[in-house]
Amino acid sequence: MIGGLFIYNHKGEVLISRVYRDDIGRNAVDAFRVNVIHARQQVRSPVTNIARTSFFHVKRSNIWLAAVTKQNVNAAMVFEFLYKMCDVMAAYFGKISEENIKNNFVLIYERLDEILDFGYPQNSETGALKTFITQQGIKSQHQTKEEQSQITSQVTGQIGWRREGIKYRRNELFLDVLESVNLLMSPQGQVLSAHVSGRVVMKSYLSGMPECKFGMNDKIVIEKQGKGTADETSKSGKQSIAIDDCTFHQCVRLSKFDSERSISFIPPDGEFELMRYRTTKDIILPFRVIPLVREVGRTKLEVKVVIKSNFKPSLLAQKIEVRIPTPLNTSGVQVICMKGKAKYKASENAIVWKIKRMAGMKESQISAEIELLPTNDKKKWARPPISMNFEVPFAPSGLKVRYLKVFEPKLNYSDHDVIKWVRYIGRSGIYETRC
Amino acid sequence: MTDSKYFTTTKKGEIFELKAELNSDKKEKKKEAVKKVIASMTVGKDVSALFPDVVNCMQTDNLELKKLVYLYLMNYAKSQPDMAIMAVNTFVKDCEDPNPLIRALAVRTMGCIRVDKITEYLCEPLRKCLKDEDPYVRKTAAVCVAKLHDINAQLVEDQGFLDTLKDLISDSNPMVVANAVAALSEIAESHPSSNLLDLNPQSINKLLTALNECTEWGQIFILDCLANYTPKDDREAQSICERVTPRLSHANSAVVLSAVKVLMKFMEMLSKDLDYYGTLLKKLAPPLVTLLSAEPELQYVALRNINLIVQKRPEILKHEMKVFFVKYNDPIYVKLEKLDIMIRLASQANIAQVLAELKEYATEVDVDFVRKAVRAIGRCAIKVEQSAERCVSTLLDLIQTKVNYVVQEAIVVIKDIFRKYPNKYESVIATLCENLDSLDEPEARAAMIWIVGEYAERIDNADELLESFLEGFHDESTQVQLQLLTAIVKLFLKKPTETQELVQQVLSLATQDSDNPDLRDRGYIYWRLLSTDPVAAKEVVLAEKPLISEETDLIEPTLLDELICYIGTLASVYHKPPSAFVEGGRGVVHKTLPPRTASNESTESPETAPAGAPPGEQPDVIPAQGDLLGDLLNLDLGPPVSGPPLATSSVQMGAVDLLGGGLDSLMGDEPEGIGGTNFVAPPTAAVPANLGAPIGSGLSDLFDLTSGVGTLSGSYVAPKAVWLPAMKAKGLEISGTFTRQVGSISMDLQLTNKALQVMTDFAIQFNRNSFGLAPAAPLQVHAPLSPNQTVEISLPLSTVGSVMKMEPLNNLQVAVKNNIDVFYFSTLYPLHILFVEDGKMDRQMFLATWKDIPNENEAQFQIRDCPLNAEAVSSKLQSSNIFTVARRNVEGQDMLYQSLKLTNGIWVLAELRIQPGNPSCTDLELSLKCRAPEVSQHVYQAYETILKN
Repeated sequence: MIGGLFIYNHKGEVLISRVYRDDIGRNAVDAFRVNVIHARQQVRSPVTNIARTSFFHVKRSNIWLAAVTKQNVNAAMVFEFLYKMCDVMAAYFGKISEENIKNNFVLIYERLDEILDFGYPQNSETGALKTFITQQGIKSQHQTKEEQSQITSQVTGQIGWRREGIKYRRNELFLDVLESVNLLMSPQGQVLSAHVSGRVVMKSYLSGMPECKFGMNDKIVIEKQGKGTADETSKSGKQSIAIDDCTFHQCVRLSKFDSERSISFIPPDGEFELMRYRTTKDIILPFRVIPLVREVGRTKLEVKVVIKSNFKPSLLAQKIEVRIPTPLNTSGVQVICMKGKAKYKASENAIVWKIKRMAGMKESQISAEIELLPTNDKKKWARPPISMNFEVPFAPSGLKVRYLKVFEPKLNYSDHDVIKWVRYIGRSGIYETRC
Repeated sequence: MTDSKYFTTTKKGEIFELKAELNSDKKEKKKEAVKKVIASMTVGKDVSALFPDVVNCMQTDNLELKKLVYLYLMNYAKSQPDMAIMAVNTFVKDCEDPNPLIRALAVRTMGCIRVDKITEYLCEPLRKCLKDEDPYVRKTAAVCVAKLHDINAQLVEDQGFLDTLKDLISDSNPMVVANAVAALSEIAESHPSSNLLDLNPQSINKLLTALNECTEWGQIFILDCLANYTPKDDREAQSICERVTPRLSHANSAVVLSAVKVLMKFMEMLSKDLDYYGTLLKKLAPPLVTLLSAEPELQYVALRNINLIVQKRPEILKHEMKVFFVKYNDPIYVKLEKLDIMIRLASQANIAQVLAELKEYATEVDVDFVRKAVRAIGRCAIKVEQSAERCVSTLLDLIQTKVNYVVQEAIVVIKDIFRKYPNKYESVIATLCENLDSLDEPEARAAMIWIVGEYAERIDNADELLESFLEGFHDESTQVQLQLLTAIVKLFLKKPTETQELVQQVLSLATQDSDNPDLRDRGYIYWRLLSTDPVAAKEVVLAEKPLISEETDLIEPTLLDELICYIGTLASVYHKPPSAFVEGGRGVVHKTLPPRTASNESTESPETAPAGAPPGEQPDVIPAQGDLLGDLLNLDLGPPVSGPPLATSSVQMGAVDLLGGGLDSLMGDEPEGIGGTNFVAPPTAAVPANLGAPIGSGLSDLFDLTSGVGTLSGSYVAPKAVWLPAMKAKGLEISGTFTRQVGSISMDLQLTNKALQVMTDFAIQFNRNSFGLAPAAPLQVHAPLSPNQTVEISLPLSTVGSVMKMEPLNNLQVAVKNNIDVFYFSTLYPLHILFVEDGKMDRQMFLATWKDIPNENEAQFQIRDCPLNAEAVSSKLQSSNIFTVARRNVEGQDMLYQSLKLTNGIWVLAELRIQPGNPSCTDLELSLKCRAPEVSQHVYQAYETILKN
């Protein structure tokens, strides 16, 4: 199991050091600094073995988090734990920075004591932790016995993510379907790989212990239901989507999903990520990038890029940015674009073309002349792909929320009394076209 | 309020100030001071001097302060054990506190203080907390048992905590169950033999129920524990799999990977004809792909695991090639792993896409990645024959880029392609030759030289090309030198007329001017070959080369199976068994995949597959480099095995060493010019002039195992036999035997000088052998050995030498040197010198192991004419470290169950059947079971030797 946990600043100074196991000595702290943080070479692996001690590390801005062990631990668990640790810290004091960590070091030590025992991760749900470790110090001084046992049963219980007795005047929930669409396209316009990774994020402000059921246009579910009425299958079949795989927040009953493919759960209070999913079939690619690069002699390059939007004309895409890489030996760039603004950024070795808004089924174009310094460098320019960023108000996977039903048997509010909001946002993930 | 100010106090006299503040009456000031202490502790300053003052702050009702003091205690208690006692009272009191959080905190902290005296006081509170009404306290106490066990295992057993812990597996609270499972699993790891976890269908059922309810971390503990269970038949395996598959949709990647581990392991037991088997295969692919959308560090862990899974069951991901395409912004560690998996998944169906990708990668920036991509193109050519042509032209394109490292890498892989498809792509040689000057890496130079040598007859200026390399011969690396030597000899054999001078030159460079023994030896061998029998030389040097295998970097099948059992853990990331990186006995239990056992044999198909895939399916692993005879046939340029080095002794199969008997006769022949070639014998003749006809090979002086009677002190010792006759060794006669006494092995030698001159400067060396035997001390012959004198020497041996599998297994090749020359001989050692003293297995373990070893590994032997009764047999064997574990009388026959352990840790289990009542039948029947069945034959010989003497 995890033998120790260290947090360093960018210089390699220790900010937090907590050792859980006897086999980890103080020298481990230095070993990581010398061999990883101060190493001359770029990091070649997130797992490093130094003198039979294994170090797992993740970096958040310029802060290093490292877990140390001498045993054959579950590596996936250690990384999941480190990410969780970051989430917990962010939930308590926002951005993970040297300043914030130093300001909250007592709190962090307390947290480490609670979420990791002898190197075994314990409950790490911030909701539950916040009930008894707060920023103002510990709550527990003036608690009644009932309150205390309520805390412990929540921390250890089956529904560790929600406490009893939550009340709202207005029962409300927000569903965000957030998708990032990823594309790798060849210069000839052939799709090399494309997938959507989506998340359903829910914000719930519901009283009591509500039982929720979530439904979407999942092909498998719709085909199952449609067996009775053949008409409906053909009608709704078009709109259903094939989900390659999905994963759920721990509140979702997985065995029920496995047997009936229904998504039922008691949600945590506030915001959480209900599910993640991935689709690869019938993806709507919101933009198409058509590059044209021509080398004119040894000192000049002509680039022309056309983008085409491919969705309903009534919808508007926003925050469009096209990034056209330029060679390292670029000396000057002249750009002409039909729409938006384009600029050559020498520090980033790229031409950045920004368009605020663009409707569906439109086309726009940029052309640039790049002057090059003559070099005797034998190494060819690697021609990195042209990448794109955008945001569209629909789900490129085609996912639709069909329902989210809320039942709370003990309190007297029904599904109709809950105010529900649904929003779809499609963003670019890694959206690249080779040139 | 900001706490960062505590980090900035650096002035002198700080400790005194802190001391004063700690003893202050004001609570706030005290707390501030403790915070400062903790901050200094974090930075690495020694604040242990404040121990009593900090401990004084412990008696407080402020929980935050208390936690800080506890933190300090955990850090420094060990250095101040006497003072730590002061804290005990508070701990004991806190364990009775009405607040469950405080009770748990006390027991949690107490377990972290590794001071014996405190540990004593921990027992009572811990006992109470294990039965506490509050689940939070119970789950903390469960982990505390593991802590205590780490400090004092005996205490935990004596106090009966293990039983209480076992009871917690049935606790009503899922988190308590999960922590109990985690604690028990950890304790069980340090006691591999104890049946601590005692997994049976009932307890498994409890775990599976808890699995649905506990936290993500608890699910990981439970799944990892489940993976250690071996279901009794395929039905049970299937039902567990069915209950584990829902975990594949968990958001936590570690839960997913642990579930994959359980499924991969239990799948082994399912019949491939089963519908469920196919369903399961299909269910595994999507979650594995999803892991690739996690954060990069987790992607890396996932990819390392997928690499194993793809090798074990390629069918799972064969359609998912695209998801392994490298993204421009992937971290380099992710890119390299993806590339590895792409090569493994490449097939005729997807080769076009793969090649297009690889070509793209070859223009990237990172040198390692580019090289690997180029190499991958070569692998594709070898793997998918239809694509070879396209691959070669892609490689040629890349060579045109003139990027130095790309060119070199391309040449290395083109050499492999030539090996795989001889005489097909020679047209490219001209292009390759153009780049001769830019090659500065040994591997590329060696590859280029190999190509020139191999196709010497088609390259007009082959001699000029090779000659150009010869100029700086001594500055080249060994690899290049060896290759150049071989290539020139090849050239000579192909075009003898024009290249005689060149070959003379390289032979003299290799034999006379080089310090490298490998090079010199190879030089001599070629020289002799050419001078003795050029026809034979042609046959040897220009022999047909065996095909190179399609896959490289494959993990050896047994290691792969073991690693599959470690999916998700560090072992699977390093691709090494835990014993290679974990210290001590913890977690080094060797794990194996369960064999397939059908619940109802009769309904199954008659074909019962052995554990793992049938042997035919296992691709051969390319033999490692450094195999000398292979070298001569210039196999040494086989694609390098570049996977992570295996730290365990991987036994090299079928390697033949230069010392072997086969080459002795070659060396023994009188050198003389044969045929038209006017070769001169090498100047330093290794063979004495007075030697007559070759006297067979070293192997003929076999050590006669069955003659003579040995003394029975310690293990049986065979009488000395002549190992090296005087005739073969310029008058030195060596006879000897092997003994084992109180745990140490030695080689008893008798050296006789039958020559006319004094012998001095003795030294001895062993070739690598099956069990790593090596001299533990130098050969000490104190006075010079005068003519007709004999000395007796006992040479202690160790078993930590380098290991290579020999044929026969117990063959030992020895080199003895004296002032006259070096002599080689080989002998067979009796296996019982390797039987160690602690070879007695306990009964339970014996039974379990006997069952566990597949029946194919059982070997039956008969020991004829041995009229001994069971007692005599047992005691005789015991003196040679073969231990009787149990004895049974079945129908007038005595059955002895015996165990023995070899120095390299291999256990051999034996069942010996004796029929004492029947004088007409004096034969004993011996059945041996061992995980390494090849030793059985030799163990049987040892039995026979011991029993008959």
